[in-house]
Amino acid sequence: MKHPPEGIDQGRRALLGVAVGVTTAVVAPGLVLHAAALPSGASAGAQGTGPVTDSVRWGLLIDTSKCVEGCRACVDACDRENGLDLQTRPAGQSARAWADQKAVWVRKVKLADDLTGRVTNLPLMCQHCEHPPCVDVCPTGASFKRADGIVLVDRHTCIGCRYCMMACPYQARSFIHEVMHDQLSRVPRGKGCVESCNLCVSRRDHGAPSTACADACAEAGHHAIVFGDLKDPQSAISQALKGLPNRQLREDLALNTGVRYAGV
Amino acid sequence: MKRIVYREWRIPAARYWGILGILAAVVGLGGLAALYLEHGGHWVTGMSNSVVWGVPHVFAVFLILAASGAINVASIGTVFNKDAYLPMGRLSGLLAVALLIGGLLILVLDLGRPDRLLVAMTHYNFRSIFAWNIYLYTGFIVLVIAYLWSMADRMGAPFKHPVGVLAFVWRLLLTTATGSIFGFLVARQAFDTAFLAPMFVIMSFAYGLAIFLLVLMFSCAQDARPIGDLLLQRLKNLLGVFVAAVLYFTLVYYLTKLYGAKNYDLVGWVLLRGGIYSFTAWVGWVLLGTLVPLGIIWHPVLGRDRRWIVAACALVILGGFAALYVILIGSQVYPLQIFPGHTVVASGVVDGLRAGVARYHPSFPEVLLGLGGVAVALVITAVGVRVLQFLPESLADPEESAPVGPGALKRFSIDEAAAG
Repeated sequence: MKHPPEGIDQGRRALLGVAVGVTTAVVAPGLVLHAAALPSGASAGAQGTGPVTDSVRWGLLIDTSKCVEGCRACVDACDRENGLDLQTRPAGQSARAWADQKAVWVRKVKLADDLTGRVTNLPLMCQHCEHPPCVDVCPTGASFKRADGIVLVDRHTCIGCRYCMMACPYQARSFIHEVMHDQLSRVPRGKGCVESCNLCVSRRDHGAPSTACADACAEAGHHAIVFGDLKDPQSAISQALKGLPNRQLREDLALNTGVRYAGV
Repeated sequence: MKRIVYREWRIPAARYWGILGILAAVVGLGGLAALYLEHGGHWVTGMSNSVVWGVPHVFAVFLILAASGAINVASIGTVFNKDAYLPMGRLSGLLAVALLIGGLLILVLDLGRPDRLLVAMTHYNFRSIFAWNIYLYTGFIVLVIAYLWSMADRMGAPFKHPVGVLAFVWRLLLTTATGSIFGFLVARQAFDTAFLAPMFVIMSFAYGLAIFLLVLMFSCAQDARPIGDLLLQRLKNLLGVFVAAVLYFTLVYYLTKLYGAKNYDLVGWVLLRGGIYSFTAWVGWVLLGTLVPLGIIWHPVLGRDRRWIVAACALVILGGFAALYVILIGSQVYPLQIFPGHTVVASGVVDGLRAGVARYHPSFPEVLLGLGGVAVALVITAVGVRVLQFLPESLADPEESAPVGPGALKRFSIDEAAAG
């Protein structure tokens, strides 16, 4: 038996129409802005802006024989590039505590050989391991390794447990102990999260050829830091690694680090 | 076997609310400390980029170990069929859950982003022992609640043995995983050994039983419920065995470390040149936390005096904190060995990479947060025994086996117990 058709509820139609209109008005500008924010060469295949793949592995070679004592060019450049120079000491905190707690991505280390007394200088940062212990231990997966070998922290899923800092053999990670007032939009940082050297990942994603530390070292005339693709046999870093005896720090852990040192 | 009658804690209301009030005040202070930490960030703590886990973690790990150990009394009764332990099974389960909740609360509130707890519960990296632990801890709570139901409800009685066995195996897994949190850390010399897993298991036996004994004696004394001399002697002797086992494991742990020449400096630092850490290791962990309580427990006279048994339990707990302070914090303070055969003359910043060791001075909020977690555990226990039937009316020895003569334990009088 057929039921007679019910009258169309015009009120409901009108409400749906308004809902669609409001949603479009709210979402559309965001989509337009997002599209506008993309670099002009964002089409597939444009240098540095396509999907991250494992066809490259970024790394650094540090020739300690060229690293000059007292020079902080790489550290200062890293601080500027990543907004670490914008850090401010919380009111009431001692200078000593601040030195222990502020974020440091690259540190300048001076070593003395216990037997010979030979002094070596080098910058120490995240070693971008192929098998990073920080990634293994992170409970939420916030610490992760990109296909191109860069080890990063996802600030949205980092819960601030600091287990990755316990696991890092290089003490390369920093915890943001204080409230952040200033930061660069390309390097999001936030209280309660862990961070470390990201091999200037924003430069990588926009196709820039080098890192801030390597550029600064070259500008200072030392050329102690070489950046490049470890998988490309023709890259400057691969050529330098072939010709220069070099090693990984904590080789015993078999982490296959992306950062190599000559002269240690 | 005689019937066991369980009754709610029937201490006077004023005394009950007084106890609860004191504990609630400590919980409140802990909560304020957590808010302070969360609001301003961890710069208000003594923690740094070198010492990333501080006093809150010492409290948290201690409570988690003690929780796992507290369930042992129930296990001895139901899994190993020792009838004398059966009446204490419910309290054992309650205390285990309470201590674990207290410990986990500290851990959660010490996160850099405690507001992201939901992320921790929805994102898992199963290569991480931390992620396993989230399941082991929550699973333990669920399992112990089921175990309590099987002990308290007629319908659950048939499941008591299997659930008890499962809870016993689970607590072993749980403590193994807690020890592995540190044992898996190959980067740090003092950790980097699977030996920490069984060591934490035996530590949990000792600390859990010490806390259980104190809670049991206090709860019964407050309510004038008898505890038999024989039972108490069994429990304190068991504590003695556990404490001695911790000493044995401690010895083997450092000997194992010494087996590798690369660790000579580490062991020498911890045991001889580590300042406050060496002092805490020898005086807190070995002397006060191990040798003195062992002396009391096996002393022919003191070992039979209840006040001395209480003192021995308190010292074991103190020793536990000292041990974990040395293990957790001393191991971070000692510099990482990144450049063997070299001395780090300067590292640009003051931290554990320099020639010396890192600094760590626990701040007041950290201590308050830890104490807050302990108070949470005690609040849960106090409310539990007050409103539900966790505590047996009597733990008196069976008539025929009660010791007589000079060998009997010196008893508290009820007045004495109420006073102290």
